[in-house]
Amino acid sequence: MAEQQGKPDNTRIVRRLLLTVVGMFAFGFALVPLYDVFCDITGFNGRFTDGQAAANTKTVDTSRTVNVQFITRVNKGMPWGFEPEVNSVRVHPGETKVVNFLANNPTGGNMIAQAIPSVAPGEASLYLNKVECFCFNQQPLAAGAKTAMPMQFYLDPEIPDDIHTVTLSYTMYDMTENATPDALAAIAQPVN
Amino acid sequence: MSIRLITALTAMFPIAAQAQSQFNLTQGVTEISQRVYDLHMTIFYICCVIGVIVFGAMFWSMIRHRKSNGRKPATFHESVKVEILWTIIPFLILIGMAIPATSTLIAMEDSSESDVTVLVTGSQWKWHYKYFDSNVEYFSLLATQRDQIENKLEKGENYLLEVDRPLVIPTDRKVRFLITSDDVIHSWWVPDFAVKKDANPGFINEAWTKVDQPGIYRGQCAELCGKDHGFMPVVVIAKEPAEYDKWLAAQEEIQRKAKEEEQRLLAMSMDMTELMDLGEQVYLGSCAACHQANGEGIPGVFPALKGSPMALNDMEGHIDIVVNGKSGTSMQAFGNQLSLRELAAVITYERNAWGNDTGETVQASDVNAYMNE
Amino acid sequence: MSTVVGEMDQHDDHHHHAPSGVTRWLFTTNHKDIGSMYLWFSFIMFLVGGSMAMVIRAELFQPGLQLVDPHFFNQMTTVHGLIMVFGAVMPAFTGLANWMIPMMIGAPDMALPRMNNWSFWILPFAFAILLASLFMEGGGPAFGWTFYAPLSTTYSSDSTALFVFSVHIMGISSIMGAINVIVTIMNMRAPGMTYMKMPLFVWSWFITAFLLIAVMPVLAGAVTMVLTDKYFGTSFFDAAGGGDPVMFQHIFWFFGHPEVYIMILPSFGIVSAIIPAFARKPLFGYASMVYATAAIAGLSFLVWAHHMFTTGMPVFAELFFMYCTMLISVPTGVKVFNWVATMWRGSITFETPMLFSLAFVILFTIGGFSGLMLAITPVDFQYHDTYFVVAHFHYVLVSGAIFSIMAAAYFWLPKWTGHMYDEGLAKLHFWASLISVNVLFFPMHFAGLAGMPRRIPDYSIQFADINQIVSIGGFAFGLSQLIFLWVVIKCVKGGEKAPAKPWEGAEGLEWTVPSPAPYHTFDTPPDTSKTPPEAQDHG
Repeated sequence: MAEQQGKPDNTRIVRRLLLTVVGMFAFGFALVPLYDVFCDITGFNGRFTDGQAAANTKTVDTSRTVNVQFITRVNKGMPWGFEPEVNSVRVHPGETKVVNFLANNPTGGNMIAQAIPSVAPGEASLYLNKVECFCFNQQPLAAGAKTAMPMQFYLDPEIPDDIHTVTLSYTMYDMTENATPDALAAIAQPVN
Repeated sequence: MSIRLITALTAMFPIAAQAQSQFNLTQGVTEISQRVYDLHMTIFYICCVIGVIVFGAMFWSMIRHRKSNGRKPATFHESVKVEILWTIIPFLILIGMAIPATSTLIAMEDSSESDVTVLVTGSQWKWHYKYFDSNVEYFSLLATQRDQIENKLEKGENYLLEVDRPLVIPTDRKVRFLITSDDVIHSWWVPDFAVKKDANPGFINEAWTKVDQPGIYRGQCAELCGKDHGFMPVVVIAKEPAEYDKWLAAQEEIQRKAKEEEQRLLAMSMDMTELMDLGEQVYLGSCAACHQANGEGIPGVFPALKGSPMALNDMEGHIDIVVNGKSGTSMQAFGNQLSLRELAAVITYERNAWGNDTGETVQASDVNAYMNE
Repeated sequence: MSTVVGEMDQHDDHHHHAPSGVTRWLFTTNHKDIGSMYLWFSFIMFLVGGSMAMVIRAELFQPGLQLVDPHFFNQMTTVHGLIMVFGAVMPAFTGLANWMIPMMIGAPDMALPRMNNWSFWILPFAFAILLASLFMEGGGPAFGWTFYAPLSTTYSSDSTALFVFSVHIMGISSIMGAINVIVTIMNMRAPGMTYMKMPLFVWSWFITAFLLIAVMPVLAGAVTMVLTDKYFGTSFFDAAGGGDPVMFQHIFWFFGHPEVYIMILPSFGIVSAIIPAFARKPLFGYASMVYATAAIAGLSFLVWAHHMFTTGMPVFAELFFMYCTMLISVPTGVKVFNWVATMWRGSITFETPMLFSLAFVILFTIGGFSGLMLAITPVDFQYHDTYFVVAHFHYVLVSGAIFSIMAAAYFWLPKWTGHMYDEGLAKLHFWASLISVNVLFFPMHFAGLAGMPRRIPDYSIQFADINQIVSIGGFAFGLSQLIFLWVVIKCVKGGEKAPAKPWEGAEGLEWTVPSPAPYHTFDTPPDTSKTPPEAQDHG
């Protein structure tokens, strides 16, 4: 009925609309990387791509200090001990500091873990630069072993004046299940 | 639109101005919560005025311009002038609203240095508080008796708004809350502070308050977090700074003693009856919300313990799951929530209750050995 | 002023009657049949979702746990929301679109009649799956209709797969319906029916359809991610794998806020048809109504994060979303002012469609006021996730969207059935609904302000009185809808014969065909160039 009567370009409109539908479905997924980029730029949710930063080349701003606090958490189902050596450090913006994080694996099996960072206030994540961090990679730890993991960082001297405290939190997640048995077996007991 | 003007305006409306009305937003006990309240009332009154004008015109025309009054319809149907007018006027009103809203919002984000930092962690369905710069940490659970919820006992004054161990903070000090979660999203809310912040698993959020008056302030989890979402209240006690310091020192002492006591008790074995009695208590407090008092769980959601292979045969697995929890499920790590004795008792209870009669006991020393193996 | 095109309508010449029996309904490609099925389906879903609301209100009648356990309570709130949004309001609008759009623009049918049949017939399956999930081990979805991760992923029961599947089907159905509406409006308008002469109901649906095309696929993406996170080891929303649960909320509300307007824009169209009819005066500011609708639709893509102020956002983002949200009240205000101006110096009568439309304007505006209050970020921290929000969106969706659907049903029932409905019973339905809906939702504002969170099965004793009143209002509102069922059945079965144009002031092509509308209308397109629907040039 209607098909014969309708103007002939029905299919063209339908095709365009269907393309829009497919495009919007893809857009839904494209929001995932877009969101990451957005978070990197704005410090949304205290999230940032945990990339390695170059060493500081700007002058250290000794006129003020910022309190950097460390929080460690272990995801449930994970028996590791995981603590910062110090709770907090006071740094001048631009000054590079190293803080050790202590981890131990009390179980009878080799394990692999990944630490996921988060920063509060979110805005501060834009100015927190890590030159070296255990969180860049997964951390293997042999049965019963202990380790000290270093994190070297500095705050960008351009960090806004109204940020006095920066809290860096790490949550340790168990990644052992995703690892191959060979990789697990290859984890060596630390020498110390 | 000064605050003073608003307060004066507020005073003219006796019902709304009545302090801490049962039907209105709380004015709270912080400068911010007062500002939020004033903002709320301002916007409310503006809406009322607009409402009176719009609905007034509408009712006027409903009463006067009816056919039964013999009205002949007019024929006008457009006027660019009028359209522009009622686009611009609301826009100006909005700007008037946006100015105080913006300044309040910016005041809320004040990031000056805080005096006390508390790490608030939500989990299904309890809060955990940890004082930064101190060893004091504890869980805060609903204290309302099950029998009150099930209507077997009369409900108390603070029904569902009472916890076993409230958070304690000092007055007149800036307290910073770092908020996160162990499992699903929760939301930590104390209306009197005008603080509501989501607890997102894996991420930390920040909020702060500065309380003016000592007192007990009650709130609730505000984000749907599963079955017992309605049963995880927040209770905060604000104490004078001196009293707060005393309290914190006492807590440190208590926690240190408890650890010593725990080590001392390691050597002592408890007999089956003792273990079962304590175990039942702990079970009802910490486990029954999911696994149910009869141990049968909720099929498809929370596994049954009654007749479960783990409770019957696998003691090491049983200790492991209670102590460390299980990732990807609601099963929490109770290793840091319960004492060694309580852990031993509850595991023993689960292995012997509801016809699980394994006859095996688990002692605090067994749990301790497992945790430090 | 009325149009007289109907006289030359040739529908009777080759009028063949509708086939009878089950196959008529199964295989029908007739827009009127499909429209009727949509409307009946949505009414059944309205009753199913409504009975879940009754369970919720019965449990909340008193403090303490009486009838259901908290897990089942959460399933009720979740499925109530899903059914009302996707099963009651949206199909009702699609049903109205099917019935009215071809008749309003002088088209013989929808442009894609076979797809039309499909888009309806997959719906019952979607909801059968959703309802069946309630009987699974572990129960149905219990994470709220917003299904925030990780409650809906790691921590949900296995019925989540069914939930995802059923949402996919609902989405496909809506998208097909929207495509059909767009193609019909673009290609099937009668000669002389230019865009700026289309009735506002058609305009508002045209814009709604584009919103549907834009956001339903995003919802499909969100549920797909939930599915793969739960069953296939991805971690879009899991911090352990580099994901973020807050991202779920961004994706969901990117769909969710336009979705809210999908459920209200057609209402604007309905009310814009009814108020002029009973004020006997042309709609004030037709063009500005069109622009306002388009503006609301456009702004709806810029405000999603106002649902998430408490998730922790930088101040600039909070300010941006607050300003954009406040801005929406400008075009919405224009609409309300236009309706009032339409009534101004009219010659008003108060038949049931008009009563529901007037109630719509007032109660929707109240919902708009609370929406404006919710937009103010600092205060939203206090309102968020409390009964204040519940009150707000029920004012907008029940006394807004649902009331407009009731108004539409009464307005066009004579056209659909050929009989006048029982005005006395209908007025009883209106007054019972109006009073009970306010008893039901108005006190919720107070509960929310006093601090009662939403989605809780039990509450502290200070909220006991308010909840008791609310529950009584709820039961009364539920019962009142049975009067509506009675009126409709009575009207379908018989009643006073309806003329082609039962409402003195009504305008539009649908009133030029006899009542009931013949099975096929406008096989020969009417010439509308001489008599545009509002009988006025809109410039």
